[in-house]
Amino acid sequence: MASISLTINGTKQTVNVQPDMPLLWVLRDTLGLTGTKYGCGIGACGSCTVHIDGEPTRSCATPILSCEGKSILTIEGLEQNGHLHPVQEAWIEEDVPQCGYCQSGMIMSVVGLLKQKRNPTDADIDDALSANLCRCGTYNRVRKAIHTAARKGGAS
Amino acid sequence: MMTSVNRRDFMKAAGTAGAGLVLSFYLPSDSKLFGEPEAESFAPNVWLSIDPKGTVTITSAKTEMGQGARTYFPIMVAEELEADWKSIKVIQADADPTKYGSQATGGSTGVRTSWDKLRKAGATGREMLISAAASKWNVDRSTCYAEKSTVIHRPTKRSLTYGELADNAAKQPVPENPPLKDPKDFKIVGTWVPQVLTADRSTGKAMFGIDIKIPGMLYASLARCPVFGGNVASLDATKAKAVPGVRQVVQIDNGVAVLATSTWAAMQGREVLDIRWNNGSDAALSSEKIRLMFEEYSKKEGAEGEKMGDIATAFSGAAKTVEAVYELPYVSHSPMEPMNCLADVKSGSCEIWVPSQNPQSAQSLASKITGLPIEKVTVHVTLLGGGFGRRLDNDYVEEAVKISKAAAVPVQLLWTREDDMTHDLYRPASRHVISGALDGNGNLTGWNYKMIGPSIGGQRSPERYKDGLDRSALSAAIGMPYAIPNLLVSYVMANTAVPIGAWRSVYASQNVFAIESFIDELAYAAKRDPLEFRLQMLNKSPRLKNVVETVAEKAGWNNPLPRGIGRGIACASCFGSHVAEVAEVSVEKDKINVRRMVVAVDCGIAVAPNTLEAQIEGAVVLALTAALKGEITIKDGRTQQSNFDAYPIMTIGEMPKVEVHIVNSYEPLGGIGEPAVPSAAPAVCNAVFALTGKRVRSLPVTKLG
Repeated sequence: MASISLTINGTKQTVNVQPDMPLLWVLRDTLGLTGTKYGCGIGACGSCTVHIDGEPTRSCATPILSCEGKSILTIEGLEQNGHLHPVQEAWIEEDVPQCGYCQSGMIMSVVGLLKQKRNPTDADIDDALSANLCRCGTYNRVRKAIHTAARKGGAS
Repeated sequence: MMTSVNRRDFMKAAGTAGAGLVLSFYLPSDSKLFGEPEAESFAPNVWLSIDPKGTVTITSAKTEMGQGARTYFPIMVAEELEADWKSIKVIQADADPTKYGSQATGGSTGVRTSWDKLRKAGATGREMLISAAASKWNVDRSTCYAEKSTVIHRPTKRSLTYGELADNAAKQPVPENPPLKDPKDFKIVGTWVPQVLTADRSTGKAMFGIDIKIPGMLYASLARCPVFGGNVASLDATKAKAVPGVRQVVQIDNGVAVLATSTWAAMQGREVLDIRWNNGSDAALSSEKIRLMFEEYSKKEGAEGEKMGDIATAFSGAAKTVEAVYELPYVSHSPMEPMNCLADVKSGSCEIWVPSQNPQSAQSLASKITGLPIEKVTVHVTLLGGGFGRRLDNDYVEEAVKISKAAAVPVQLLWTREDDMTHDLYRPASRHVISGALDGNGNLTGWNYKMIGPSIGGQRSPERYKDGLDRSALSAAIGMPYAIPNLLVSYVMANTAVPIGAWRSVYASQNVFAIESFIDELAYAAKRDPLEFRLQMLNKSPRLKNVVETVAEKAGWNNPLPRGIGRGIACASCFGSHVAEVAEVSVEKDKINVRRMVVAVDCGIAVAPNTLEAQIEGAVVLALTAALKGEITIKDGRTQQSNFDAYPIMTIGEMPKVEVHIVNSYEPLGGIGEPAVPSAAPAVCNAVFALTGKRVRSLPVTKLG
């Protein structure tokens, strides 16, 4: 067991877990933050995407030991002072999700993209989301919602 | 309350002081698709209730997997109830065959089998609320009308809200045949209603099966024999038990489960289990052997599914005959949420939380395994992270119940992605041998269609198919929309050990690929335009003909295309709906790029156009992933692909633009979840032919030969 200190959604926490346990399972099983999803376990589908020090990262392939002292942002932490993140608002406006399972990871990737590029092109979107898989067919609405969010200043 | 009745319709009002109006209504079993006996006795279930605050609570008996059950159920009730959409709350029904009829969510049945019943439930409520207001005002009820959860007295403009009327409404007589609205008066049906779960699904709050936790539960990971049908020969769990967090190791009939305090610990424990497998009799099975078997079986005379006219004469007198063989591989469902189930088996009860498309079958399976009477087994249906037919089967429920029973603790069993992909119930591989006879005018006069492949029903219950005919394996091949005077449609059952199940649109997906590709081949052989060739044979199928004409017009079929782009068309009638699709493709370095899909659909009335459009986009992405990428191959009796690195899924950059055109015919309702799947792949492959002259007869098209 290892004692790991990290900041999750703005709150400092210490967790006592196996050092090789991926961040995904610490979030889901230890801390009960189930918004981040397991999809493949090999960093190929993007369902588990969170931000580590601001960078979209696959939590299923990130051992908790490497998160010591880092700042983690999950889907649960996007809402600020009772206000949804502009990307989430765009998601609702365009009614993006179908089953919804991949959407937490999709949204976290998009929040990261809009931080890098305030007005992403379609090619930027294809590139940034090339490993965020959806089986239901939300891609076209995802694209629309990203443009909507960008138009409304979604990087904030 | 259990009442034995034979009436198929039954509506009952109940109200205790202050509780408001509660309407119970029996929704008869809607589907014999899954072979479930129809319940004869039932306890009326609460379809809708209105509390004194005016909140309208509507029960959804069907599973929500992204197709919008929790949105379209309330739409149908609220429309007739004249309820304010903002006052609607939806709750998910637990499994209960005595209340709901079949809750199996498959076969694209959700809207079409509920439409009349739920509208009637809403209309009944509306009429009782109007009666309550009329009696309170002491006026003739014909002078009152309902709107936005309010009853209004037309002459005086007085109004009372549904909340104010709810108690009194419960005391009003229940109308036998409340009037249903004329479709032209619909206010919610046919409008753009956002899915009720969108906010939850955009904030991580939506609870899927994988997210449910109860006190004292352990996480389980189950090692199964990689070879289909194999089981455990010997086990040494010493190392697994030494993994920190591991609490128990439990053997069940098909494998060994490691139970731990976290999912990760359970997976780690499972990794170090020493298991010797008994591979059983199918350890030499391979895709190549299966393909050769299908080829060999092609020589057999098939079981006759449909016969018309005299094909021998049609072919002997033909000006031209054409023959082709199409081959399709096994494909996986791979919903983003892997299979999982939380089961809590106690001595006198069993409680289950599961993302299942078929909760009543989960309940009866658990009852058999535990020996508990069915009413002691509670099945809560969670949200599903995708279904696509995979979750009509409950093999993961059986496993979780067995593990919880053996371990005597609540257990959440989670399949890894590798488990999910290597132990899927795949869409069956198939081979289609078709020949067609054309007369001197280029008209199709003879059609000989033989499908060779495993039977989903036949592999599970061979005794039910003694004559070798599984009609479902010929779905969309029997009763084709085209007028062909002489035809024979036959099936050769070719079962294997590879587990198979329903994959969105089931056998229509394979059959329509072969049929619509071959119709295209025939059109070219007859030197006729593929659109015109189809239309000329569709006179007995006016609904399909109409959508074919619509899609051609919307896609600009007769407009010239830029260089490097090809256009193809395909159509199908299945699950009660009629769909035509036009694809536009380009090809770069042997890679097919689908740029645009134009889809026209007639499903009667588009109850929820928003979810309908989403379903069409979903059908396209699933179908094209299968056509362009997906292939499950078998070697040494096991599946070779185990994750998305080896089984790629269409990405956002590969997703075509999808344009959906709804044709409201006001004819009987059809389904919408599946009907757009089958014609997507042939439309794309026909476009590839138009562009390159290369005919795709084998899927997936990973490269153009």
